Amino acid sequence: VIWGVLQFPGSCDERDALHACEVVGGAKPRLIWHEERDLDGVDGVVVPGGFSYGDYLRAGAIARFSPAMEAVAELAAAGRPVLGICNGFQVLCEAGLLPGALLRNTELRFICKQVDLVPIPPAPDVDGPKTQAGVEFSAHRRGGATLSIPIKHGEGRYYAPEGMLDTLEANGQIAYRYADGHNANGSVRDIAGVRNERGNVLGLMPHPEHAVDPLTGSTDGRVVFESLEGFAA
Amino acid sequence: MARARVLIRPKEGILDPQGKAVERALPALGFEGIGHVHVGRMVELEADDLEQLGELCEKLLANPLIEDYEIQPL
Repeated sequence: VIWGVLQFPGSCDERDALHACEVVGGAKPRLIWHEERDLDGVDGVVVPGGFSYGDYLRAGAIARFSPAMEAVAELAAAGRPVLGICNGFQVLCEAGLLPGALLRNTELRFICKQVDLVPIPPAPDVDGPKTQAGVEFSAHRRGGATLSIPIKHGEGRYYAPEGMLDTLEANGQIAYRYADGHNANGSVRDIAGVRNERGNVLGLMPHPEHAVDPLTGSTDGRVVFESLEGFAA
Repeated sequence: MARARVLIRPKEGILDPQGKAVERALPALGFEGIGHVHVGRMVELEADDLEQLGELCEKLLANPLIEDYEIQPL
């Protein structure tokens, strides 16, 4: 899988994302500056963490209008994999590619720590690549084990209105929950990550790109990248 | 050019930790009898046509999922 990694002014995790894409995808990824409109040769895109455009107005609010994000929206519509991490998750929510919003942490503090995540496969009753991804995803769950992945954010409290949350759960769109006692930011229903209905667009607050190398203590982050590979052309 | 002010505040019912933090700081400063503090944003701008401000708020200045906005022509 050839991944592309976006870079906005203020992005700061694109280097680790590139490393993760190469390690997991097995091919050299491409760094895409926010003014680029051309995603040719890229199977999927990572919108990385950081503080795009200084997080002015709201986190992710300005980045969604960049030329690169227009191209990402087209890629998403074509069913290709799109992964938003932390600030990238905020951008995808602001762009309307994922449901919900991220609010200031309940305790108002920036939190940086390792947390346990429970991965949740997509609904099994849908045909096509979504099911394929679900199967692969399940295969990587290691007998229902949790994934150890770091969080580092000040605005990671997932929020969506109650009715929308019920719909997301019914559709199998909740992708990751914080394990018991690991919901540090106050997210509703312990939600750490969500996917779109089709399953090819995934956003999460924790940082799988920081957990692909034994050197940093956990390689569980690889699962997150692998779970989307079924959507690559 | 017409001037306007846009007030953006967290939607009713959504936890507003900034407002809560301000509220908790008040007693230590000797302020009493103040509650329901909510912290939002204010945007002042000039526009040829104030009619377009509603769309501007929906698309950029506010996130309608989590925020209410109020446009005040000045």
